[in-house]
Amino acid sequence: MSQQAVNGVSHRGRVLTLDSMNPNVKRVEYAVRGPIVQRAVQIEKELKEGAKKPFTEVIKANIGDAHAMGQKPITFFRQVLALCAYPALLEDSKFPEDAKQRARRILEACGGHSIGAYSASQGIECIRQDVARYIEKRDGGIPSNPDNIYLSTGASDAIVTILKLLVCGEGRDRTGVMISIPQYPLYSAALADLGAVQINYYLDEDNCWSLNITELRRALSAAREHCNPRVLCIINPGNPTGQVQSRQCIEDVIRFAKEEHLFLMADEVYQDNVYAEGCQFHSFKKVLFEMGPEYSNTVEMASFHSTSKCYMGECGFRGGYMEVINLDPEVKAQLIKLVSVRLCPPVPGQALLDLVVNPPQPDEPSYATFMKERTAVLSALAEKARLTEQIFNTVPGITCNPVQGAMYTFPRITLPQKAIDKAKELGLVPDMFYCMRLLDEEGICLVPGSGFGQREGTYHFRMTILPPTEKLKVVLQKIREFQLRFTQEFS
Amino acid sequence: MWNVKQLEYGALARRANQIKDELRQGVRKPYKEVIDVFQGDLHRAGMKPLTFVRQVLTACVYPPLINSSNLPLDVRQRAQEELGRCVGESGYYNQTSQIKLYCQFCNVQDIHSTEMRFAHCNILNVLVNREASPRTGVLIPVPCHNKTVLSITQLGAVAVPYYLSEEQGWALQVEELQRALESAKGVCNPVALYVINPGNPAGYVQSQKSVLEVIRFAWEKRLFLLVDELYQDCVYGENCEFVSYKRAVSEMGPPFSGTVELASFHSVSKGFSGECGLRAGYVELVNLDPAVMKYINTLFSKDACSPVLGQIALDLMTDPPKPGDPSYLLYKQVGPENCTLVYVKKVHEVVNSLPGFSCPPIEGGLFAFPRLHLTPKAIQKAKELGLQPDTFYCTRLLEEGGVFTGPGWEYGQKEGTYHIRYNTSRALFKELLRRLSSFHMTFMKDFS
Repeated sequence: MSQQAVNGVSHRGRVLTLDSMNPNVKRVEYAVRGPIVQRAVQIEKELKEGAKKPFTEVIKANIGDAHAMGQKPITFFRQVLALCAYPALLEDSKFPEDAKQRARRILEACGGHSIGAYSASQGIECIRQDVARYIEKRDGGIPSNPDNIYLSTGASDAIVTILKLLVCGEGRDRTGVMISIPQYPLYSAALADLGAVQINYYLDEDNCWSLNITELRRALSAAREHCNPRVLCIINPGNPTGQVQSRQCIEDVIRFAKEEHLFLMADEVYQDNVYAEGCQFHSFKKVLFEMGPEYSNTVEMASFHSTSKCYMGECGFRGGYMEVINLDPEVKAQLIKLVSVRLCPPVPGQALLDLVVNPPQPDEPSYATFMKERTAVLSALAEKARLTEQIFNTVPGITCNPVQGAMYTFPRITLPQKAIDKAKELGLVPDMFYCMRLLDEEGICLVPGSGFGQREGTYHFRMTILPPTEKLKVVLQKIREFQLRFTQEFS
Repeated sequence: MWNVKQLEYGALARRANQIKDELRQGVRKPYKEVIDVFQGDLHRAGMKPLTFVRQVLTACVYPPLINSSNLPLDVRQRAQEELGRCVGESGYYNQTSQIKLYCQFCNVQDIHSTEMRFAHCNILNVLVNREASPRTGVLIPVPCHNKTVLSITQLGAVAVPYYLSEEQGWALQVEELQRALESAKGVCNPVALYVINPGNPAGYVQSQKSVLEVIRFAWEKRLFLLVDELYQDCVYGENCEFVSYKRAVSEMGPPFSGTVELASFHSVSKGFSGECGLRAGYVELVNLDPAVMKYINTLFSKDACSPVLGQIALDLMTDPPKPGDPSYLLYKQVGPENCTLVYVKKVHEVVNSLPGFSCPPIEGGLFAFPRLHLTPKAIQKAKELGLQPDTFYCTRLLEEGGVFTGPGWEYGQKEGTYHIRYNTSRALFKELLRRLSSFHMTFMKDFS
């Protein structure tokens, strides 16, 4: 008989308690919006209420949110979205013809010609076709089938969906998922939630966070003792580390995945954010197909992209897609069923994605402005990446790998033993202690490296390079000052 | 019963799209376009978006429009306010998943704005203990919209059906809840009771008395209440009134008001706005354990946020134009009219006048769920084709009548009964009724 039925009038406990709730949920953490952010929000409240502090604002360098940090949206995109939201503006001569043409095409594909109607669960068909064409163009003509494209609510939604399909089994047979350390904590959160086994493979900090196959092999064989490894996740360009994998490395990973019979998940949301000399984005799909049919006909893979990063920075619209390769057709049918539960991805996000894959062409009126804005955003990021690495490396106690791509820096901090001891006293992980102090003293919100994973005994923080250049310089200066003070205090 | 593996899921939808394509290519059919009333998608069915909402959204998306004299003053002011709450011109993630709601009963701390389905999934995720034995059970009404069943079974929980009483206008009877609970003994551990009010697909609106009975039952049997109130703005039955579970719990006073655990869901997808494509809604949590709330907050935080345009639309829904505002008259004229209409009576009348069809009064919600009394001949033909009898009917209705509806089996129904579901949006109802009547008479004749 259920406990519920037995419980009479004696003790009125709640139905939903820490004991009765799903234990997996208790293991879910998401550092990017975790305790440090809650503290930051608290401080902001205090500032608003007039509290006096050594700073007048909290700089939120914790989350990869470009617009929140002052990056301007791309005019063309916003014009088309405005036309889609309020089609009466199609009569307004202030909007360029190429924007109107795209808006009309998108509205035509929407139920009732409205972005307020549900779309098909897999996403609006003509947009999936546009995405496929974009991928083909990007990958030098390698065909992309629109049926293999699934539009999603940001990339996160698609990543979790694929993991749901992949995770199964009990005990020693439970699915193991390989993920880089450090990693973007959506992965660890999703794995905890699904009760999958997280298999950590360490990126090589001494070699610019590169990925070594020997390390993959080590992680895999150790994991085989206690679970069934089936998935290998890779984030390229990397988050939080910013490394851009070389083509050779990508080939090696694909070869490894084939040999070890692993499903590849390639998170490529930062594909336009590549800054370092000699670095180039190579899509996993492209490399896979260039390796020939032995690989391209067999390796199962999902690649992810989104409208939240790159030069668009439109996180709030929740646009994204995944492309699946070599998925079993019966599994695809289950995938359709799974995505249908959430009905459809937000239509404005789908519309935005269409513009990202179908931007103004050289012969169109909006082209010049579009290119100017795009170039400005990407070159500002490149400059800030360079500046960040340069300045951090002049600070004693901070070492910083080149920010080759993405939007973050993940420097290593050397903490005095006394600081580590103090942190333990307070029941805090040392880098959390460091970041909390930085927040309280300078009003700068970063995420401690422990939120992403790091080698035992090392400490890091993740900072975004998104604040405007002048503000970023101030932030870097303040961190330098703090680092010196902190080291002095605990020497 | 909700045998999801049985039959191809979505086959009808695929065929409907095919037919739409064929029509576009000029293929001749007995109709010029497909009337798509399958989903609760008002815009798809022809309802126009609310001007005020779209004007504010467009100014938020493209802020130069805030200075445009072509937009009414209140629109421009609201857009400015909304953008003021967004840092960085609405392209950004919201700082928290909480939004400000203008509602005297709301405790702002316990509201999460998010895509409706994510909200459902997150709350269910917390309730369903995958490691428990016996498995977690959730009581669900029959009929019920099919996504909910999927989201429950997908989490590894057991859906425990309780049957709404078709003879009593789809009333929810406590005795039936009791029976369902009994049936779960030895099968699973029921922890939650899922209620849809107003109903979907069955168009009932629970009376105050019924709401109180359900709350009392949930309290006695220690069940977490999950209440889907998406259609709260769509109430038209005579002497019908929407009673929110939150309000009812509060007005019941102690011990209920302090102990009944409740999650109420609402969204911008239905009601006056019908903005399903924007994917926004909220869940309000009442009387939850603060320790558990901490984990719920983490779950919501990793979902990034609800799409920002949807959040803005949600805010506008809860704080619409007031008398005196420039946009008020137009809003008032069109808004409620989208929902509370006398034509629903007409739908009910026409359907009941057709032999082989019967339907209780449609009191609220967005759908009609009439019962089909199919002849043995029709049922036999369906079996031969390997189809559920109501799917067979809907397939023929689509092919011959150009009307896309949903077969009752997808929502659950008593064994041996058949239904169809279609949305009762105003836009095309006359044409819908004409085609339905014409097709139905032919069909009944063919299989008499």
